[in-house]
Amino acid sequence: MSAYSDIPPPPDEARQRPLGQRLREHRIDYLFLLPGLAIFGAFVVWPLFAANWFALLDWSGFDSRQVFVGLQNYRDLLGDEFFRAAFVRSILFTAITVPLQMLLGLVLAVVLNNRLLKLSALFRTMIFLPVVTPVAVIAIVMALMLSPFNGPINDLLQSTEIVQRAVDFLGSPQLVMWSLAGIYVWKWTGVTLIYWLAALQTVPDELYEACKLDGVRGWQVTRYVILPIIAPFAVVIGLISAISALNVFPLIQATTQGGPFFASEVMEVFIFRTAFAPPSGTFPQLGYASAAGVLFGLAVMGLTILQVLAVRHARRKEPTNG
Amino acid sequence: MADAALSRTSFAPPRRREAWLSPRARRTLVSIVLAAICAVWVYPIVWMISASFKTNGEIFADSGLIPDAPTFDNYTRAWREANIGQYFFNTLFVTVGSVIITTIAAALMGYVLGRRPIPGKTALMGLMVFTLFIPQGFTIIPVFELLTSVGLGQSLWGVMLATCGHSIVIFTFLFAGYFGQMPKELEEASRMDGVGPLKTFWYVMLPLSKPIIVTVIVMQTLQAWNDFLLPLVVTLANPDLRTLSVGVYSFRGEHFIDWGGMTAASAITIIPIILLFLFLQRYFIDGLAGAVKG
Repeated sequence: MSAYSDIPPPPDEARQRPLGQRLREHRIDYLFLLPGLAIFGAFVVWPLFAANWFALLDWSGFDSRQVFVGLQNYRDLLGDEFFRAAFVRSILFTAITVPLQMLLGLVLAVVLNNRLLKLSALFRTMIFLPVVTPVAVIAIVMALMLSPFNGPINDLLQSTEIVQRAVDFLGSPQLVMWSLAGIYVWKWTGVTLIYWLAALQTVPDELYEACKLDGVRGWQVTRYVILPIIAPFAVVIGLISAISALNVFPLIQATTQGGPFFASEVMEVFIFRTAFAPPSGTFPQLGYASAAGVLFGLAVMGLTILQVLAVRHARRKEPTNG
Repeated sequence: MADAALSRTSFAPPRRREAWLSPRARRTLVSIVLAAICAVWVYPIVWMISASFKTNGEIFADSGLIPDAPTFDNYTRAWREANIGQYFFNTLFVTVGSVIITTIAAALMGYVLGRRPIPGKTALMGLMVFTLFIPQGFTIIPVFELLTSVGLGQSLWGVMLATCGHSIVIFTFLFAGYFGQMPKELEEASRMDGVGPLKTFWYVMLPLSKPIIVTVIVMQTLQAWNDFLLPLVVTLANPDLRTLSVGVYSFRGEHFIDWGGMTAASAITIIPIILLFLFLQRYFIDGLAGAVKG
């Protein structure tokens, strides 16, 4: 031990020095943090607190007077059927798209992960193309594709006689959420694919070799060797996917603006409409919209925590099953 | 080589599947199926670009992907009359500005959080992780209120700054992870040589983190170019300040029967970003993959 006596004191000892001294020592470091902290503080942290305050106000425009109303906005929200419908729609949308997107991404990733597949990089790029396409453009492309008036998809469906009359994918209140879910999965599966490919890269090469030697092949390798290894990644990927599915505002606002007849109004579209684009003849309700945002944010956080807990629970159980 | 090795081992245990399809044939089959899927996958985008060269009459005439008489009319009409030219430069301004700001701010912050044992580091990083789970709808009202109160509520500078807030947390973590792995001797050596901290960062650390810098630049460019909610809110009362995303969106509301112009405007919007992605996709994909592994 004495041979190491000239090395600098371990971090524990450094921590025992007075806080003031350590702050002073690191003053350059804090200077380095300033620009980042300014942006983070102004556009991420401050809005968190401000939204909670705005939620307690009656406030009908950025240049108008704020009146404190306590919890009235929350009480009104709970009785507002548009809010409840939008809330449920957001959750359902997430529950439908996330598993689809993860499964599709996983299947594609397992197939594309084959190093002997020469065109694999090209296929990956093609699947990824919708991801880098702005939603406003996707909205136009899909309005054309799914158009009931000679749109290519309806042409195909009619010429193969799957349907008799043209289907109004985006104009029918019953179908619109399903169409949007399809568009959403199409747009974002490329990201899930990349996540799964990253997970697959953690499988060591020796394992494939070992499988070959033991005569384990094809589907069996995937099912019994690879899937168990990458299963833990499913939590992270599921979480990231769920959060982005809850942030579906741009796609829906650009494609249907929440219509027809509010049938595709998800939570963020509701917030946007209430705060920034009220129906003509009414005032914007910024406090009310903020309260909706707070309730939604709380629900998202609750779901996140639940998901993490559920996975922990499932993992603890695993060894006893096996 | 690899093919030969594979097919040789396949002789060892007799298997039903290989009996009628060699591994190579199976791979070819998989490739053909994948090619078909991918063709369907990108068809809408290809169709749109093809439509941008057609007249409004031809678009719905079921005339195949190759236009009969390619025309640039849609492009000139979109660029001039629909103001897409103006929106293009607005978007460029916002994107370039936010990329510069975010990259520098995230690199500085990531450097400190990744290498320096400053008091309060754990608390700050915990707060940053927490904010990753907050939906944008939750923060848009206060962000716009803040921009309005400092006089940037109706300005492209406001869009530029607020766009930075969106992704700075993830970028900081990318930098912190990368700087954290580098050997400690780097700073010691430059301190011995009498180089100050800022110069050490600028001339030693930053050049070493080139892969992360490119990743951050590519990801932020995509983010800023495609951002929608924020520029929509800021430009509601100011059509001149629209970015391409918002411009294309409003085009649809204002000229809803001019599909040729609309597809041309869309093509102008996506071509720069798709080119950027095609050439630099490795960095973008590394950045995404880093988010899962980290």
